[in-house]
Amino acid sequence: MAYSNKVIDHYENPRNVGAFAKDDPTVATGMVGAPACGDVMKLQIKVNDQGIIEDAKFKTYGCGSAIASSSLVTEWVKGKSLDEAAQIKNTDIAQELALPPVKIHCSILAEDAIKAAIADYKQRHGG
Amino acid sequence: MNYFQLFQLPAQFDVDLTELGTRYLALQKQFHPDNFASASERDRMLAVQQAANINDGYHSLKQPLLRAEHLLALRGVKISAEQRSFTDTAFLIQQMELRELLGEIPHAADPDALIDDAERQIRVQKKQLLASLSAALGSNTHEHDLAAADIIRKLKFFFKLEQELEFIAQQTQD
Repeated sequence: MAYSNKVIDHYENPRNVGAFAKDDPTVATGMVGAPACGDVMKLQIKVNDQGIIEDAKFKTYGCGSAIASSSLVTEWVKGKSLDEAAQIKNTDIAQELALPPVKIHCSILAEDAIKAAIADYKQRHGG
Repeated sequence: MNYFQLFQLPAQFDVDLTELGTRYLALQKQFHPDNFASASERDRMLAVQQAANINDGYHSLKQPLLRAEHLLALRGVKISAEQRSFTDTAFLIQQMELRELLGEIPHAADPDALIDDAERQIRVQKKQLLASLSAALGSNTHEHDLAAADIIRKLKFFFKLEQELEFIAQQTQD
């Protein structure tokens, strides 16, 4: 199966790989996994006092499509409000990266990761 | 298709693998195409279909995870084709740490020590999960079946880790 150029680009030059300090109160973390392929994805967001995502980082153990999906999402969420970021759909990710049907679950994982990070932020900040 | 019925074994997680092997060979012999050379077209087709079921069934019952999934499917809990993300944070953090440990192997001063450490951790966790899986499936209630499904999901991560470790260990030795 051939990867699209965009997948290869994100895979070879992943954006925003890494982690923020765990004890930073402006940081929230989403952890998700896909049992079928054993992929594990961690997505972190840094939110300013206006509720805007200033920065995002990820760490993904998985195939090229999973890495590309999480890399793309960290780019997309920057500058968005939490509600705007929650609107990101896996279909948008799959379309942008031209993922084949067997790799759609990678984009679902990335959508679930950002949703989990937002939920973590809201839980930590009482709302 | 109920593979336990096909092999005349009790529908439970703990299976006598010797018994399974014996019945597999007997069934394979019984439905061998040679026995249907002079049979009608319809019987020949049915025998071919049955031979395929026997192979699929043996494959499914032999491996603990596939057997557990089959048992759950028979009880109405289907997980084989699901695309839902797994969200047990504590478990996923542990998986991430194990992946990080695996990632250190190629750069370590003593890779074999790290490989042994990772192997031991994976083995211990797998053993515990398989024991809980057996207990959960043995209870045979819907609640326990749902718990069993979660244990299967966790075991899949460990089987993947095992593959990764094997791959890294091979590369390190080259």
